[in-house]
Formats: sequence, C-alpha cells, structure tokens
Amino acid sequence: MLELGAFLRLMTLPVHLLWLIAALPLLAAGIGALTPRRGRALAAGVAIAAMALSFLLSCAALATALAQPAAHLVHNFAWFDLGLGPLRLGWLLDPLTAFMCVMVTLVGLLIFVFSVGYMHADANSTRFFCFMSVFAAAMLGVLIANSLLLLFVCWELVGLASYLLIGFWFHKPAAAAAAKKAFITTRIGDLGLLLGMLWLYDSTGTLLFFDAGNGVLEAGALGALTAQTTIGGLAVSTAIGLLVFCGAIGKSGQFPLHVWLPDAMEGPTPVSALIHAATMVAAGVFLVARVYPLMAADQALAHVPIHALTVVAFIGAITALMGAMIAVAQNDIKRVLAFSTVSQLGYMMLALGVGSWVAAIFHLLTHAFFKALLFLGAGSVIHAAHHEQDIRRLGGLRGPMRTTFATFAIGMMALSGVPFLFSGFWSKEAILHAAHAWNGSSLPLFAGLAAVVLTAFYMTRLVAEVFFGAPRSEAAGHAHESPPTMTIPLIGLAVGAVLLGFLGTPAYPWLQARLLGETEVHGHSLLEGGGLMMLSIVLVALGIGAGWAIYWRRLRATATALDPLERATPRTFAALAARLGFDELYAATVGRLSNATAALADALDRHVWDGAIRFLARLGEFTGVVSRETDEDMLNGGFDAGSESLRGTGKLYSRAQTGETHGYLRVIAIGFVLLVLIVMMGGGQ
Amino acid sequence: MNLSPLHLCLLFSSALFCIGLIGALCRSNTILVLLGVELMLNAANLNFIAFWRFGPAPSAETGVIFVLFSIAVAAAEAAVGLALVISIYRHQQNIRLQEANRLKG
Repeated sequence: MLELGAFLRLMTLPVHLLWLIAALPLLAAGIGALTPRRGRALAAGVAIAAMALSFLLSCAALATALAQPAAHLVHNFAWFDLGLGPLRLGWLLDPLTAFMCVMVTLVGLLIFVFSVGYMHADANSTRFFCFMSVFAAAMLGVLIANSLLLLFVCWELVGLASYLLIGFWFHKPAAAAAAKKAFITTRIGDLGLLLGMLWLYDSTGTLLFFDAGNGVLEAGALGALTAQTTIGGLAVSTAIGLLVFCGAIGKSGQFPLHVWLPDAMEGPTPVSALIHAATMVAAGVFLVARVYPLMAADQALAHVPIHALTVVAFIGAITALMGAMIAVAQNDIKRVLAFSTVSQLGYMMLALGVGSWVAAIFHLLTHAFFKALLFLGAGSVIHAAHHEQDIRRLGGLRGPMRTTFATFAIGMMALSGVPFLFSGFWSKEAILHAAHAWNGSSLPLFAGLAAVVLTAFYMTRLVAEVFFGAPRSEAAGHAHESPPTMTIPLIGLAVGAVLLGFLGTPAYPWLQARLLGETEVHGHSLLEGGGLMMLSIVLVALGIGAGWAIYWRRLRATATALDPLERATPRTFAALAARLGFDELYAATVGRLSNATAALADALDRHVWDGAIRFLARLGEFTGVVSRETDEDMLNGGFDAGSESLRGTGKLYSRAQTGETHGYLRVIAIGFVLLVLIVMMGGGQ
Repeated sequence: MNLSPLHLCLLFSSALFCIGLIGALCRSNTILVLLGVELMLNAANLNFIAFWRFGPAPSAETGVIFVLFSIAVAAAEAAVGLALVISIYRHQQNIRLQEANRLKG
C-alpha cells in the first residue's frame, strides 16, 4: 500500500499539459482518417493505444488533483486578441475533471477493445475507429475545459461525432434518420446553451470558470449575477442557469427532448455503449455539475419565483419515472437499455436538482460502468444471434453464452440496485437520501422510489426473456459465445460495476469527500437513515419478485405469444410501447409547423415572386408585340439582313456556352492567370 | 533562404489556393468542386489575416473583421451551393458536374 502511495505521488500531470489527454485520441483520429481502408488493424491499434495512453495520463491527473482536492488547478491562455481584450481559454484540473477523465478513458478503452471484435466484419472499420476517437477526444475536451466557450466547442464536436456514428450505417434509412434526429434535437437545447453563454459573457465579461477570483464560478461574478433581476423577477443567474440547463436537457436526453436517445440505437452497438455510458449523455450531467455554483447561486435568495435547481429536480424526476415506465413495454433489447439510460439520467438530474451534485457524479461514474457493460453484453448477444434484437425472438442464451450471461447478470443487478454488493445500489442510495433530505418537495423522492421498482422489474424481464427458456428463433438457437476481444472488456466492466460502489458507501464516502475537496472522510453508520435503505431494498425485491412471477415462472414459449402485461392491460401496454406518443406529438406540432412554414415559403416563391416575374415577362412580351407591329409595318425590309448577321454572331458566341461547368472554370482560371501576369509585368515597369 | 513569417503564410496560402483550384478544375463530383472553392476562399482569408498580422497596423481590427464577414458569407454560399447540389441530384440522380449541362446555348 505504501509503495502504491509513493508511486501515485510520483505520477503527476502538470495542468498546462492537461490538453494531452484530449489531444492523443484526436491524433489517433487524424491517423485513422489518413489510413486507407484496408489498414483497419493500424487504425484500431492506434485508437486503442491513444486511449490507453490517455488513461494513464488521466490517472496521473487524478493523482495530481487528489494531492490538493480543494484546489482548482487552472492554466489559462489567450486564444486571440479581438476588440477590447484577449479572448482567453484554459484547462482546469480538479477532482471532478480527474474522476470523469479516468472514467471516460477507461470505459472508452474497453469499448474500443470490444469494437475490434464487434466490427471485424465491417468494411469501414477504419472510419469507425476514426470517428470513435473523435468522440472520445471531444468528450475529454468538454471535461478539461476551463472556459464555457471551449466547453461549448467540444460539446458541439461531441454532437457532430454522435451524428457521424449514429448514422455510421447511413445506407440504412432508419440510421440516417436517427442521426439527423439526434443532431437536430440536441441542437434545440444547444441554442439555449448558446444564449446562456452570450448572456453570461455580456454580464460578466468573461467565460472562464476559474480565473484567480475573476471567473464566472467564483464569488465575485456570482454575487453580481444574483444581485440583478430580469423579466419575471428572476435573478439573472437563474435565467442563465436555466438556459445552460437547456443544453443539458438536449444532450442528456431529459424530458421533453429525450426522443433522440432511443433512436440513437441505430448506430453500431459499441457506439450506443459509448453514447449511453461514457460520452454524449454524460456531458449534460457533467455540464450542470461543472456550473453548479452558478446553478445554486440563487438558493440564498428568498424572493424569487423559482430556483434554477428546482426546475432541474423536477425535470429529472419526470424523466426518471417516464423512462422507466416506457422501458417496461419495449421489445428491442437495445431500446429497453436506452430507456433505462433515460431513466438513470433522470436520477442524476434529480440528484443535481436536490443539491447533491456529488451523488449525481457518483451515479454517473457507476452507471457508466454497468451501462457500458449492459450495452456491450447486448452487443455480444446481437453479434451471436446474427443481428436479432427482438427479445421475443431470442431466449435460451444462458447455456451457449456463459460469460456474456454472467456479466450481463452483474450489470442487471447493478442497474436494479441489488443491495450491498453492487455499485448501482450505493449510488442510487446516495441519490435517494439526497432527495429525502431535500426540503423543496417530496415528489422527486416518490418518483425515484417508483422508478426503483420499475427498473428492477424491466431488467428482470429482459434477462428472463433473453437468457432463459428455449431459443425462439433459428438465429438464437445457433448462438455461440463471442471472441475474447469481446468477452474480456465485459469482464473488466463487470469488475468495475461491482467494485466502484465501495468508493462511496455511506460508511466511507471517499469519492464524495474528494469531489467536495475535503481531505478527511466522514463516514457514518449504515443504520443512520437505514429506514430509507430498507425501503429501497424492499422495493428492489418487489420489482425483481414481480418480474420473476410474471416472466420467469412462466417463460415465453413462442416468439409471437403476447406479453403477459399486454394481455392484462392492452391499452396501457400499447401506449407505453408507443413511447407515450412523444414522436407523434412532435410530428403533429413541431413537424407540422415546420412543414407549414415550408409550404408558405413555397407558395410565396411560386405565386408572389413568380407572379411578379411573370408580370414583368408579360410586360416585356407586350412591349415586344407593340414593337413588332411597329417593325413589320414601318421598318420592314432593310433590317432583315442586319438581323441575319446578328443571329450569326449570336450563334458563334453561343458556342462558348457549352454547358460544361469545368470549361467555364478553366476560362476563369486562365483569365485569372493572365490578370496576374499583367499585374506582375505592370509592377516590373 | 531566409523567409519572414509573412512569406511563409503567403506561400502556404498560395499552396492552399492551388490545391483548391486544381480540385475545382479536375473533380467531377460537384461537392468536391465546392470543397475546392472553399479551399480557395480560405486561402484568400489566410492572406487577409497574414497581411493584417504582419502588416503596418496590426492593432486595427479590420483584417479580422473582414475575415469574419468573409466566413459568414462563405457559410451562406455553401448552404446555397449544397442546396443546388441537392436539386441537381433530384434532377439527374447523380451529382456529376459534366452532366448538368441542360441549360447550354
């Protein structure tokens, strides 16, 4: 233990070199982009090596940050000078950044290794590893940014990479549509973030988070922001905080912009794992945690209509409950997991809203491991069953796929919150305790508790349908275990999904203390607040028990048999299976509005502008008729010869109009060269 | 050879311009031709910046402002260009520039 401590003290990463963490995957992406298609081993190798190096650097950064957890180590520099002063960016290293970097690089590394096995048959895997590296680099950039502007740039790069990866199989229309949907939906939230950022810059004159007392997250700026009020009596900090939160709603798939997240399943499964665990959706939660001082600045004000964090808590609670409800009725293995991500992200937002950002980050870290595990496990199943994703047509995979089953079961128990041994239990417990302690309202707590039951229930259903009973399709019958490049990452993630919880148990909340910048760890007995813990254990048992009674005891016999819930309450089940109709609602409102605007523009173009042009044409025609009359009557004869020669010239010139664009371009280029020559000769005289 | 930073910038932007020009002249894919045009535009922008930075009055913001305008105009132009590409594709089911010659005289 002592040697380890000494080793850790040796490992330091000065903050001005922090950019290396994000630059390495970016470099790998560049190499991947230049690699020809057959060099897939090179592209994969470089991407994995870069992630591994980034992971080591992140560990060094973590050691550096933990040496002085209360400090925000920053390195600011001027990007360029414009107007009154330089525009400054910077890197930031504190325990939050460091823990997130370690998680992203480790989970990312395991997903990359898994992808080698999963994508080995894909002809474009070079491009795949290039995009994955961009994705990881952009996310790491979000984490290390000490400026909202730099964070925003990387944030948009995350959005771009997710677009490219969700639409990786762009020849599938569903994938192309899902990619567009993800990009456009998150863009709606990003508009809010952009406005918030502009407002912040306007009010404070800087976008640096920490800058020796002048940053926006430091007391001076926050005091100024809370002192001013804006429309509706809101404090300016509340308004800016809510606008920034819009970005997080889009990125983290919160109600009402959650619709893109389940569709993002159209990408290859490792992409889903990366989106749902380490990058994309984590970015929104991280953003709120990063600007937490800004979000919480209005807490001390008594006479404001609403606090920013209250909105966060309620959005989170709605999302947690709604996601869990919809997940119950999905039949696609990846869609169940997608809605469980929506629900778990709701938990994290709930924790942020009720004031415990450390609980949110704790859940983010543990969730990253077990959700990546579940997605990669689902990928292993899909790979083995020849791209069969419908759980009704799977089944009986426990026998042939032992490693996948064992690791998936660990992930399932971690997500369900099976007590004591699994990480999900401890992090969910931390969130429920925070919600319990919140004196705003008890609704978030109830939503969270209800989601606990539902989570345990749908995960039991998923495992029972996929791994137990008899195979219900030919593909499932022929399934066999995936290669070691796929199972080893599963085992690695499973270890993380179990062990990570012990970093933050109430008895010894090491992680929470370090995140808060404390060097002492104040644990308390598990019995303190034990009532809530007992309640959640009972609820987990209830959920698993119900799942067992409904799905496990009488296993599905055929692929076409109705779901037991569907038989009991067909209408509710259908509504949930249709995802509560959000897509249809948006198609009927936003989609129709956009179509109507387009139709209006089309009509304007067709009738008004075209009409004006047609009127002018008629006028011209009329003038022509008049002049022809004049011509034929008065000036006939002698002009005919002239007209003939004019026509001949016109024909000659019209030969230059070849219709060949390259010809025109060449003429322009030659003309340009001649012009340059003339200028140069003129200059010589 | 002793080159000043201004010379280096100008050499780089000329190279960029030539690459863009050759791309625009030799590619048959309309999108790649547009890419070539964008490269030429960026070469011009680079010249602006270089002359501003190493010119007589780098404190005046004209160079930067001009380039910002130019980038904004280029973005609008790219949107129009891509819309044209889409409508060419709708008419002839491909985006080969040689085949878009139905308006010839």
